[in-house]
Amino acid sequence: MEILLIIIIGLLYAAGIYMMLRRSMVKLIIGLILLGNGANMLIFLLGRIVKGKPPIIESTAKMFTEIYADPIPQALILTAIVISFGLQSFAIILVKRAYKVAKTDDLDELNTTDEIYE
Amino acid sequence: MIIAILSGFILAAIVPFFSPYLKKNASLIFPLLPLLLFGYFASFFPRIKNGDPVSMFYDWVPSFGVDLSFRLDGLSLLFVLMITGIGVLVFFYTFSYMKGHEYIDRFYAFLCMFMASMLGLVLSDNIITLFIFWELTSISSFFLIGFNNEEPASRKSALLALSITGLGGFFLLAGMILLGTVGGSYSIQELLSSSEAIKSNSLYGGIIFFLFIGAFTKSAQFPFHFWLPGAMKAPTPVSTYLHSATMVKAGIYLLARFSPVLGDTFWWNSTLVTVGAITMLYAAIHALFRLDLKGILAYSTISALGILVFLIGLGTDEALLAAGVFILVHALYKATLFLVAGIIDHETGTRDVTVLSGLGKVMLPVALAGILAALSNAGAPPFFGFVGKDLIYEATMQYGEWAVVLTGAAIVTNICLLFAGLLAGVKPFIGALPEKFGKVHLPSPLMWVPPLILASLGLVFGLFPSLIEQSLIQPLFSSISKSGTEIHLKLWHGFNLIFGLSMTTLILGTLLFWKLKPSKNLFQKAFRFEFLSPERLVGHFARGFSGFARIWTGFFQNGYLRNYVITILGFLTVLLAYRLYNGIGFQIKAEMFENVTLYEIIVLLIMAVSIVFTVFSTSRLVAVASLGVIGYSICLIFLFYSAPDLAMTQFSIDTLTVILFVLVIYNLPKYNTFSSTPIRIRDGILSVFFGLLIAVLTLEVLNEPLNRETSEFYAQNAYTLAKGKNVVNVILVDFRGFDTLGEISVLAIAALGVFSLLKLRLKSIEKE
Repeated sequence: MEILLIIIIGLLYAAGIYMMLRRSMVKLIIGLILLGNGANMLIFLLGRIVKGKPPIIESTAKMFTEIYADPIPQALILTAIVISFGLQSFAIILVKRAYKVAKTDDLDELNTTDEIYE
Repeated sequence: MIIAILSGFILAAIVPFFSPYLKKNASLIFPLLPLLLFGYFASFFPRIKNGDPVSMFYDWVPSFGVDLSFRLDGLSLLFVLMITGIGVLVFFYTFSYMKGHEYIDRFYAFLCMFMASMLGLVLSDNIITLFIFWELTSISSFFLIGFNNEEPASRKSALLALSITGLGGFFLLAGMILLGTVGGSYSIQELLSSSEAIKSNSLYGGIIFFLFIGAFTKSAQFPFHFWLPGAMKAPTPVSTYLHSATMVKAGIYLLARFSPVLGDTFWWNSTLVTVGAITMLYAAIHALFRLDLKGILAYSTISALGILVFLIGLGTDEALLAAGVFILVHALYKATLFLVAGIIDHETGTRDVTVLSGLGKVMLPVALAGILAALSNAGAPPFFGFVGKDLIYEATMQYGEWAVVLTGAAIVTNICLLFAGLLAGVKPFIGALPEKFGKVHLPSPLMWVPPLILASLGLVFGLFPSLIEQSLIQPLFSSISKSGTEIHLKLWHGFNLIFGLSMTTLILGTLLFWKLKPSKNLFQKAFRFEFLSPERLVGHFARGFSGFARIWTGFFQNGYLRNYVITILGFLTVLLAYRLYNGIGFQIKAEMFENVTLYEIIVLLIMAVSIVFTVFSTSRLVAVASLGVIGYSICLIFLFYSAPDLAMTQFSIDTLTVILFVLVIYNLPKYNTFSSTPIRIRDGILSVFFGLLIAVLTLEVLNEPLNRETSEFYAQNAYTLAKGKNVVNVILVDFRGFDTLGEISVLAIAALGVFSLLKLRLKSIEKE
């Protein structure tokens, strides 16, 4: 199974980078999201995947008695997902705003600061 | 003594707080500072005369051997008196010259700063402290040259002067550190005793090379001389004070100071004599072709500095004595000529010698000062300049087999200097007064008294050399020469060869003055060779350098986000690919293919298809929907592989993102394609390579053993310490609770940003 996940991660990264290199701002955001997903999957995979053994202690036990999924990558990813949502929502609104002001979606027309009002 | 030295800095530092009060007549308090200091240092006369130097010692950074140790001996005393004495006159002169100027207080503050740095420089006994004050003079000089900061020419000259003297400063620091290492001490007094050991050290050549570059840049020696004429863009008091009397002599001071330590070797003597001779001849001949009063004076100053370096290079007792006397002679007449030129400029508005004439009729005292200074410069008896010139010829005449060449060089230089002096000090005042200068009048006494005082001193010291012989010149001579002979200054030596040479110089110089009339024609002829001058070469170099910097920056910092991304990723890909290619072999273990179930394959297939859709779709809605599908697929993978918390989070967050996208989708721009096909192919190749690289990297990492120490700690303690059974939750809210707090803050800030962006109403100008 790992090998399939590796392919998917590579695919997510490639797609993310490709979208980030576009001149359209919306595509840039989509690229960011794809890249974020790719990174999450990467961390998840590198913590080794285990089927059907969530890191939750049995209700009768005080500790794990058998093998379990690594909780640390999961905690990291959880944080990452939430933070990237903050970033994404801000970016989406910012793009909307910038488009309204600058009337363009082309990043190449947004690389100077003082030509907008001319 | 330390208070005396630092008082200039202190005064300069408090100026901004009293600025409104200091702009008008209250700025007359500034000249009091040099006056007090002059009195203070003059009180040491008797002690110095008895050969008893004054020393002070304060710890500063003892661990580096850097301390504030000051020592006042004969050489320092001459400089200190010149700095404060000419300082008093220049400060008074400034009051009238800059009257009503908006920033007169600032100007005075810079002058005070400069004076303090200069005092520190000539009094420091520690060579690192000396270097610090040396740099401070360069910096304060930068502010003074660029004082008229609205003028581009002014700014350019200031920058040029700073870069040349600053460059020299670096060399000086290197020389000082070498010297300190070799000599085993940073104190000049202690270095004196290890003089022989330093001279025989293999690093001696490096030390004097660095020291020379430092001194030559500061004292405008060829080929670093060209910043000095540019520095004449500064207001005249600055030119007088810094660029003729004091700062440019710092290099001379340095050479004279280290002459007993490092001097009297073949390289020391021959380098200084050669550079000094070239400078004095080159600049003296240049001075013949100048039309601007301050330009003439600038070149004659460079030439005089060349004479000083030349004399120190000769290194005999006669030459060192001549150098000591000439420092004072030159300071007196050159400062006068500059002040006179400043008055002429101030009153007539021009400094062009071809236009100026007959001003003696309207400003007699100024004319008197100018003529007296020109005569002292000419070395006419009975002026102090005559004493100085005699000593120079005496020094060159006694220099063995080279005597004829050296004396010849000195005579040619002196003839040209004499011409320059007459041109600047006499020419504007004689002849007929042009009509347009009819309304020119004598300025305030504050302006014409200082040059007159300086010029008369040139006459008084010439008539009565005994006034300063024992009190000033003898201690000065003892501090730069090792022999300790008694010296005698005489005005009259009798009719001998030296007198003959002096008279020849005088006559030839005067003849030249009558014959050679400065004209634009001549000036332009001389300019034909301008392209060969060091100034031009440095200019080309500087332009080339900044051009290269512009191209370099333009290439890497081009302002296009995607180019930055391409640069970073391209570099990273090449680097990692190289490492992987060389380092590790591929290992695909069989177990990686195990446990693959059908529903997993379906989920991954859906994901792959969605990714393709997201990238290649031409519709925003399709792309956003595919993005949602990708998110949900990841959610399922989390669920399959024992991460229920992640699945829940991913599910809700992904839903929210898609909703947000859809909500604003009609306010978003069309899903445009801007790039051309080749660019898309290029980006595609880069992305595919990067994705491949990540995949390979992941594979390699999976083959490494995993250290589970930390996660075992959490697993064992989650319930016993934190009373929670969901370990992921316990980590987030308990063990790493503060991280989560930070995360919440980030989210709150993002939410605030989103909210305010949505609520922000555009001003009318922004809507257009």
